[in-house]
Amino acid sequence: MKRAGMKRPGMKRAGMEQAGMKQPGTRKPGTLIALGIATILVLMPFWWMASMAFKPEAEVFTQEPRLLPAQPTLGNFAVALDDGNLGRAMLNSTVVALVVVVANCVFALLAGYAFAKLPFRGSGLIFMAIVSTTMVPVAVTLIPLFLITKGIPLAGGNDLFGQGGAGLIDTLAGLTLPHLIGPLNVFLARQFFLGLADELGEAGRVDGASELTVFWRIYLPLAKPLVATVAVFAFTAVWDDFLWPLVVTSSAETQTVQLALSRFLTGGNVAYGPAMAGSVLVILPILAVFLFNQRSFIAGLSEGGVKG
Amino acid sequence: MSVITLARPAAARVGPRRPGPSGPSRRRRLVGLAFAAPAIVYLAVFQLFPVLYGLYLSLTGYSPLDRGAPRFVGLDNYLALADSAAFLQSLKVTAQFVAEVLPFAVGIALGLALLANRKVRGIGLWRAGLFLPRIVPLTAVSLIWLWLYSPDGWFNSLLAGVGLQPHDWLLDEDTALHAVAVMRVWKALGGNMVLFLAGLQAIPKTLYEAAALDGAGAWARFRHVTLPGLRPVMVYVITVNIVYLAQSFAEIFILTGGGPLGSTTTTNFLIYQEAFQNNQFGSASAMAFVLFALIFAFSYASMRGIGRRS
Repeated sequence: MKRAGMKRPGMKRAGMEQAGMKQPGTRKPGTLIALGIATILVLMPFWWMASMAFKPEAEVFTQEPRLLPAQPTLGNFAVALDDGNLGRAMLNSTVVALVVVVANCVFALLAGYAFAKLPFRGSGLIFMAIVSTTMVPVAVTLIPLFLITKGIPLAGGNDLFGQGGAGLIDTLAGLTLPHLIGPLNVFLARQFFLGLADELGEAGRVDGASELTVFWRIYLPLAKPLVATVAVFAFTAVWDDFLWPLVVTSSAETQTVQLALSRFLTGGNVAYGPAMAGSVLVILPILAVFLFNQRSFIAGLSEGGVKG
Repeated sequence: MSVITLARPAAARVGPRRPGPSGPSRRRRLVGLAFAAPAIVYLAVFQLFPVLYGLYLSLTGYSPLDRGAPRFVGLDNYLALADSAAFLQSLKVTAQFVAEVLPFAVGIALGLALLANRKVRGIGLWRAGLFLPRIVPLTAVSLIWLWLYSPDGWFNSLLAGVGLQPHDWLLDEDTALHAVAVMRVWKALGGNMVLFLAGLQAIPKTLYEAAALDGAGAWARFRHVTLPGLRPVMVYVITVNIVYLAQSFAEIFILTGGGPLGSTTTTNFLIYQEAFQNNQFGSASAMAFVLFALIFAFSYASMRGIGRRS
């Protein structure tokens, strides 16, 4: 820190050396103004969403939309939750997301750890195959996945060979199927464990620890950021998904949040008030996850970027 | 991949752990296989097998309403696509959409990253704000933008403010796709910005110091240090954006429903219609594989193209 400060006399505080060193200290007002304008422009749509969500219908359909509701109301939220089926949909999405998060945190982590620390015959090739599946467009696997879900044996009236019934079509279980273990999460887990020293495990093995203990007691406690990232990825994969629920569900009982949102626009006119209230409700959980978990959220994203 | 190679030397020091038929290492391999087995089996069934199954379906005529099994028709579906005006139009729409969004989604994001890389008070908050659209579900933001573009929406009120006639952006064949593209640029900025930020922070500070000592100005440093340093991230960002943008669906579904007159019917949207509204699983699968091939070709080309330039 001292040395860095000496090299750049313009620097006042050592903590500033990270990135601002190109223009040490100067041009700050300009930067702030540019940041402010950019951020306002980027966030403007969210402002409108929040504002519309609290506007009574008369204020929604007007030629001159105002930034703030004149007579704020919670009515739109009630309509969205009830008539819009969003209450049920949020429950459904939460249940599906929880199952998917747990499955990913267990199996993607175990697999990533194995690929990084316990390589076996063909593991390199298998890992490459897993990574390569992330390149496959959703459209390619959509129809086969639909038919597989329909043909799950002994489910939904199917016989042992998956014939005769609807399988897991229009069920919450069917909604989880394509998301249970994300190939990207396996990739992130492997990258993370590769970054931890092999010596940690060796030390445990010298002390006579089993492989499971080495994973559970030595490496997993160091992997909290990874668990957070995988959990966020798994949760958002389910919460944001639109195409799969659209294809695999049909009844109101299995509707997910994104589907419920899309239903606000069936038939020419859109009830923007309830639709915006619904959007607020659907965005809030994601926002909460993001605010509590920003660091690992962003870390996970760039992790995949810089290392991939 | 640099991190993987960095991690290797440490592994080499520990000793012969890769091959070796000795007891403990054989056990370790078995445990590794057991740890990875659930993921391998699952991904084989739900990721790899569907690709092969889809390839087979693309060679058949199959409707889920049929009682019978898929009927093998060879390459008929693919040959029919070559003559299908709707399919070719959808490819054109998809290509135009990607071409419109990509330069702005990358260029503006790079600018934002340079801005957000400055050390100012509370920069974390600014970054979070700029990143926000990235984390919000596409369906929800599409609904917001549906209103922004609507006759009573914000954009038309801005037009009215400067005395211009309102315009029905999403119902006009000439503007609908551009309107969706603008929304998608906005949506893509945050994610790309964060990737560029990571790339910027990975550039060694000593390079900037050396350049400054050689008398390089701000532009010269950007041109000769920043841009070359960002190349790996740039390749990644462009590739990933092509892959995502070429699969646009939810925003099309919400904003335009593919219209007006098919002017925003992307290939992905057409595949959905063909499969789940027309019940043509075979032909829809063929479309999906053509799209797959094109996305693969273009992302591969972007990797080679930018990777080689130096």
